[in-house]
Amino acid sequence: MRRGPALLGRTGWLVFAAAAILALVVVPGLATLPPPDSGLRLPAYLVPLFGKYLCYALLALALDLIWGFAGILSLGQGAFFALGGYCMGMYLMRQIGTRGVYGNAELPDFMVFLNWKSLPWPWWFFGYFPYAMVMALVVPGLLAAAFGWLAFRSRVTGVYLSIITQAMTYALMLAFFRNDMGFGGNNGLTDFKDILGFEIQAPATRLTLYAVTAATLGAAFLLCRFIVTSKLGRILLALRDAEARVRFLGYSTAGAKLFVFVLSAMLCGLAGALYVPQVGIINPGEFAPGNSIEIAIWVAVGGRGTLGGAILGALVVNLAKTWLTDAAPEAWLFVLGALFILVTLLLPKGILGLAARLSPILGRRLVPARSGSDV
Amino acid sequence: MRIVRGVRAILLLLSLTLLPLAAWAADLGPALDDLAAGGFEERARAIETLGASGDPRAIVILRALTEGTLEVTGDKRVVIAKDSGAVDPLTGAAVELGGEPERIRVNNRLRGEIEAALARLNLFSPDRAQRLEAARAVLHQPDPAGAPVLEQALAAEKDSGVAEALRLALAATTLQSGDMPAKLKAIATLADSSDPEIRRLLGEVADTADAAEIKAAAAEALRVIAQRNLAIEMAANIFQGVSLGSVLLLAAIGLAITFGVMGVINMAHGEMIMLGAYTTYVVQEAFRAWLPPAWFGLYLIVAVPAGFLTAAIVGAAIERGIIRFLYGRALETLLATWGISLMLQQAVRSLFGAPNKEVSNPAWMTGGFDLAGGFTVTWNRVVIIGFSLAVLGLLTLVLRRTSLGLYIRAVTQNRRMAAVVGIPTGRVDMLTFALGSGIAGMAGVALSQIGNVSPNLGTIYIVDSFMVVVFGGVGNLAGTLAGAMGLGITNKLLEPFAGAVLGKILVLVGIIIFIQFRPRGLFALKGRAVES
Repeated sequence: MRRGPALLGRTGWLVFAAAAILALVVVPGLATLPPPDSGLRLPAYLVPLFGKYLCYALLALALDLIWGFAGILSLGQGAFFALGGYCMGMYLMRQIGTRGVYGNAELPDFMVFLNWKSLPWPWWFFGYFPYAMVMALVVPGLLAAAFGWLAFRSRVTGVYLSIITQAMTYALMLAFFRNDMGFGGNNGLTDFKDILGFEIQAPATRLTLYAVTAATLGAAFLLCRFIVTSKLGRILLALRDAEARVRFLGYSTAGAKLFVFVLSAMLCGLAGALYVPQVGIINPGEFAPGNSIEIAIWVAVGGRGTLGGAILGALVVNLAKTWLTDAAPEAWLFVLGALFILVTLLLPKGILGLAARLSPILGRRLVPARSGSDV
Repeated sequence: MRIVRGVRAILLLLSLTLLPLAAWAADLGPALDDLAAGGFEERARAIETLGASGDPRAIVILRALTEGTLEVTGDKRVVIAKDSGAVDPLTGAAVELGGEPERIRVNNRLRGEIEAALARLNLFSPDRAQRLEAARAVLHQPDPAGAPVLEQALAAEKDSGVAEALRLALAATTLQSGDMPAKLKAIATLADSSDPEIRRLLGEVADTADAAEIKAAAAEALRVIAQRNLAIEMAANIFQGVSLGSVLLLAAIGLAITFGVMGVINMAHGEMIMLGAYTTYVVQEAFRAWLPPAWFGLYLIVAVPAGFLTAAIVGAAIERGIIRFLYGRALETLLATWGISLMLQQAVRSLFGAPNKEVSNPAWMTGGFDLAGGFTVTWNRVVIIGFSLAVLGLLTLVLRRTSLGLYIRAVTQNRRMAAVVGIPTGRVDMLTFALGSGIAGMAGVALSQIGNVSPNLGTIYIVDSFMVVVFGGVGNLAGTLAGAMGLGITNKLLEPFAGAVLGKILVLVGIIIFIQFRPRGLFALKGRAVES
């Protein structure tokens, strides 16, 4: 039985392969092969930076899956991201062992500082890498499942959903700022030493983390493409455009939405887990509602409902951010704000939509046909 | 410093001698003779007499004694030495010195007695605060010997607050020494107060008194006090809840218009509040720079319309320039207005700088009054509660009684039909949005009085404002009022048990769960409007 459109068209596969070669061969090659003083050599600090962008791209991909295809604009994706990050952070904290300031093998520094006697239960087993990784997926997944089950069952949609997801991440931010929560309070978790026995600051470790992130992003992209081209994907598109009608036709819209919502949350958790070892810190600021809204602009800039566009948008916006915050720090918020306004006013389909308008043939191959009104 | 105080006391004394107090002079005379006579025994007696006299002039004499300026002349007259000469301690008149006067010496024992005598004398001080302090001092260290003085002071006291303190002090003294019925009566008097010191005293009595009756009475009084304190604490929490609710209400009313009535998700709403707060700052600085200081208290009155206009003009520009192209695309509106909020924040940061700006309360808003048992109501909170209700009332009037209100409601209910009957819907949209933004600006004026004025001011309120509107029910001002007060009071009632942050988290989680059951809020619109 045919599932509908192919996973990727020929142009799509070509672009995918080119991106994979660029990310997994060219960048690592430039970072290691040319002599350190040559102009071709990629400076060492750029590798974790690229890794960070790819984490953001994964985040954007996860949001596009639910916003672009199911019409769920979650403003709480940052919460899932941060939760995944905290799971990884807790593993990394446990790896510090006796090398902390207080040299306590059992407790992280901040707990010694708070005069705690034993490891609180949420921290149990986080010394084991596989457990931490599973938790980085399960914790955001469970939160999304509980939240989504409640919300979709009672048909909370549109802006109401956006607002309460925002309230969720805000509440979590307040909670994680408290020292009593046992996750380092205001300072968060930082000062990591090594991951799986490798020194976390070493160039080789960083390059590996970067490569793992790139590969994960590629795999996540294919997974999302698989979902949106499947029968479930058709249902999602249909309910995005006319949810009541889909429900009357006998489909469980709540179930379909819940599935992608949980999957998206898990992808966000994964992005967070990959992000933390590369930037070296996780703190409650990651829960800030503003961060989650920013993800939406990455997706919107690239082109909503295209998956590839979300990745492109995240990369473009963050490259611009890095460049501008350095070149003209005052101007960055103006640019970001203007981007929000101009994209929504003039480029409702983002960069990919613009490309499609400029070059109809290329556009048709890159941007899947969309129907219905924007939600 | 002490000299200055001494001089001030002399001046007071001079003014007091004009009052018909001269009769006391005779009482102080023998004491002065005792002081002049020499022996420490006589001096102690003199201090005792002075302390019990209740005469303000005794204060001056005793102070002079501790400062070593009280002198005795060759002819056994007591004078107070001044830089310019000597004065008579009773009349304040200058005295011709016949020969070198001798300082009246005191030892440590006398010093202690002078302290005690002064403390008692302060009960008669012309300064209300000093009398109150003296009464409290007795309360903290009740001394049975001081009872007659207290009674004397109580009889002369005109101020009800000081009289109350004196009664309590007297009761505390009686508790130490009186007979059984007097003690029981004293306990009953003490039970009326919430002073922690009295609870300590009663606790001591309840533990150590000899008679079981007194023990029981003290325990009962403690129970009454605890119960009353609980009630006061509850009332205080509710007041603070109403106060927080009024802040939430102010922050949310504008949003109730732009989001509730127009359906625009205005993420820049918080920045409208911020603009209002910065307008207040500018108006304040203008008053400081160009107008006489006496007018400064009026700046806030001027700031209210100024804040409204600033935010309303910016709001109208945003509606015409951006939002009108996005009607019907709620999520896109959310993103675009978020962009506006970022730009406004950065614009204000570039103009005024990132640090907080200082906005001061005008004199008529500072201070407060003690309502009951340490529960102080500050004026700025009272003003803000009143202001928020006034704004809500005014807005209701505008919506119900003006033609603009009629147009707004018509366009909300059926845009096409409204256009058909000739209502300029585009203009109404602009005015509605300007109205909502302007109200947010007025909220900013009020909020500048109780919080920091910084470029991030708006971000503090944005989540809360949406919560209030969503909780109360979209498109319903009564719902907004109920939502704001409900959230504010719940928050403050939770605080004593859960702490400020956890209380807030619980409220947020509560709202999230509440939305699941009433997705359209407390006061949901019924009928077909729900589906659109």
